[in-house]
Amino acid sequence: MLRAFTAAAAAVVALVGAAFAAGEAEHPEDHPYSFDSPVGGYDMGAVQRGFQVYAQVCAACHGMDHLAYRHLGEKGGPFALYRVRNHETGEEELHVGAPAHGGHFVDVVDNPYVRSIAEAAVISDVDPNTGQLTDRPGRISDRFRAPFPNETAARAANGGAYPVDLSVITSARHGGADYIRSLLIGYDGESEGVLYHNPYFPGGWIAMPPPLSEGMVAYADGSPTTVEQYATDVTHFLQWAADPHMEERKRTGIVVLAFLIALSVLLWLSYKQVWRNESH
Amino acid sequence: MKIHGHSTYEPQSGFTRWLDKRLPIVRLTHDSFVAYPTPRNLNYWWTFGAMLALCLVVQIVTGIVLAMHYIPHVDFAFASVQRIERDIPYGWLIQNMHAVGASMFFLAVYIHMFRGLYYGSYKAPRELLWILGCLIYALMVATAFLGYTLPWGQMSFWGATVITNILGALPLVGESIQVWIRGGGAIDQPTLNRFFSLHYLLPFVIAGVVALHIWALHEAGQNNPTGVDVKKKEDTVPFTPHATLKDLFATSLFVILFAVFIFYMPDALGHADNFIPANPLQTPPEIVPEWYLLPFYAILRAFDFNIGPIDSKLAGVLAMFASIGILFVLPWLDTSRVRSMRYRPIARQFFIIFVVVCVVLGWCGGQNPGRILVPATFSATLNWTQGGQVIEQPVTSQGAAQWDEAEQAARASLTEQGAGMTAVQRAGADRGTATGVIGGAVQTRTVTAHSVDELEAQINGVTEEVGQSAPFFQVERRIPFTFTVTTLSQIMTAYYFLFFLIILPILGLRETPGRVPDTIAKPVIGGEEAGAS
Repeated sequence: MLRAFTAAAAAVVALVGAAFAAGEAEHPEDHPYSFDSPVGGYDMGAVQRGFQVYAQVCAACHGMDHLAYRHLGEKGGPFALYRVRNHETGEEELHVGAPAHGGHFVDVVDNPYVRSIAEAAVISDVDPNTGQLTDRPGRISDRFRAPFPNETAARAANGGAYPVDLSVITSARHGGADYIRSLLIGYDGESEGVLYHNPYFPGGWIAMPPPLSEGMVAYADGSPTTVEQYATDVTHFLQWAADPHMEERKRTGIVVLAFLIALSVLLWLSYKQVWRNESH
Repeated sequence: MKIHGHSTYEPQSGFTRWLDKRLPIVRLTHDSFVAYPTPRNLNYWWTFGAMLALCLVVQIVTGIVLAMHYIPHVDFAFASVQRIERDIPYGWLIQNMHAVGASMFFLAVYIHMFRGLYYGSYKAPRELLWILGCLIYALMVATAFLGYTLPWGQMSFWGATVITNILGALPLVGESIQVWIRGGGAIDQPTLNRFFSLHYLLPFVIAGVVALHIWALHEAGQNNPTGVDVKKKEDTVPFTPHATLKDLFATSLFVILFAVFIFYMPDALGHADNFIPANPLQTPPEIVPEWYLLPFYAILRAFDFNIGPIDSKLAGVLAMFASIGILFVLPWLDTSRVRSMRYRPIARQFFIIFVVVCVVLGWCGGQNPGRILVPATFSATLNWTQGGQVIEQPVTSQGAAQWDEAEQAARASLTEQGAGMTAVQRAGADRGTATGVIGGAVQTRTVTAHSVDELEAQINGVTEEVGQSAPFFQVERRIPFTFTVTTLSQIMTAYYFLFFLIILPILGLRETPGRVPDTIAKPVIGGEEAGAS
């Protein structure tokens, strides 16, 4: 009888496992990102282009409070600068992104790319002489410029909707980068008042108008200027922004795991050695 | 820590001899962790204690470092965790270790507890050892709950809200306790401050109880897979190096799993919503605790019905606390004189079901409680009359109690006047309007759906199609019994308590156990089949 009961319980469990929940939103499209695999890093070209898309399009409404301009040029950042010796000429050359081997990391303070990005931003600050609020060019230590002074102002400018902070957006949404990318390219043109239809958004109606359109951002590297390319690139950037230490994390993981596996083998051999004459 | 038999420690140098006369700490360590006799037949299920010790140390060390950078303030807590992850040297590693470490701690403690349950490690003379373990577990649950609030994400805030809310269900003192714990009417700055303070305190309390747990362990001696007491020297091996190396090897494998999570899926065990800063004005679509507390969450939510004077909310709270509380009295619930379920064939099967039930409860805790598991057909029949002449008549009754009578009379009167269909709309306790239609064509339609919401949507669809003007819209809903996640949780909860309250006490008296070996050494050294060891 017990066996029958166990079997019945197993059947219930199987049934429960097979039961299918009706999803509210369409499942995001699976895009093969370079960072998907356990050893995959970021495609820094895509992260750089994605930053350009963010700066020229998204930043009009969305802040990234947890990121500072210096983060862009720190190790693992999209504009990290390295000084590499050219083997043919013997001259030192600057190289954006970690070279395959060698190279000296250039401190972010001396990184002209990050400086010019920061200086292009207009930051509201207290004037050190007058104590009044004034505008000044950004510094690399500044957080990304917030598009609105506060949430109320953000809502007022966006028909009551609040453009969320994007610092950790790929971590903060089920489906992560795939979800963000699908959302950006998923608009089907339908709209109702201030809401736009998007099958990937829970509930189907989103207050954000379709943000991307073909050719709106000019790429310097000749990548296609399509909505899909923009969406893929900006998602790549957002993934980096949410998880800037991923490459270091995965690299460290390999070393740690190799060490632990070797340690386990040694411990197993020692254990066998100690117990060799003991029945157990 | 007194160890059975006399101490074998012999100080080798002048200094250790001097020390041994004054503070025999080296002797204590030697007797506890070197010469300590360990049953020779311990299997790998006995290695989780070492892993738990490691987990506690990892949590305390990483926690102390995190506390140096964390800011317990509602405006800065979330940002300070981000700063730890981004800017503090190796902050990402320490934060991941702490967050994943909590899960690993619970994984190990659950295996450790199931092992104790299976091999009867709670039975005399180890009742206090078991109770101390239960106390450690309860403290771990409290610490984990407090810690989960600190990052001040959406799930932190709303999890704390839900749990402190349910305390309000306790009679008389509930609301006072709720305000006292929160430090105010709602989860806010005072809550965060005290949760941080207590989250820092409790691990050291745990460490203290762990010391007592180990002391009690060394006093009673370890249980073993046969459950037979240690009788002679051949039954044991010295703790070092035999058990030490086995523990180290198993712990090393455990750390590999730990590392895989830390380095390759640090957020896999968390919830995406906790990356959204806490917002008291916006309830997330689902509020779920971390995975290790899901079984208790399922038990809490299983009670969607009142039990006499106890309302469902209080019943859920009591059941949730009872599900942990019952572990404390387990030594006196199990009546069997045989410790190990290896020799209790029937108890073993109930135990396996119990483990499955705990896992299923955990699954239930993470699901929407209304989710229908066994497809059922909801249907409704809609009747209305198209065309015809509408007649109306007011309905009044003496009081609310006489309403049904008055309604029947009004309907009868309309039918007498020739109405084919009648309907009554109630406007108050004792007032309403009866409407009837004479002539016209009676229309009927039946709709079916797979859930209540879907059914209502279908009915609304028909209403819109026919038009609100059709006055005799009678809807007969047929809602079948539905097997939902809540139903499953109820069955599983019932088994959880039955296992402790009925099965173990009765089975212990009635079951015929298998033949238990006379000594530990006999099946091992004597060449008999010893099972897994």
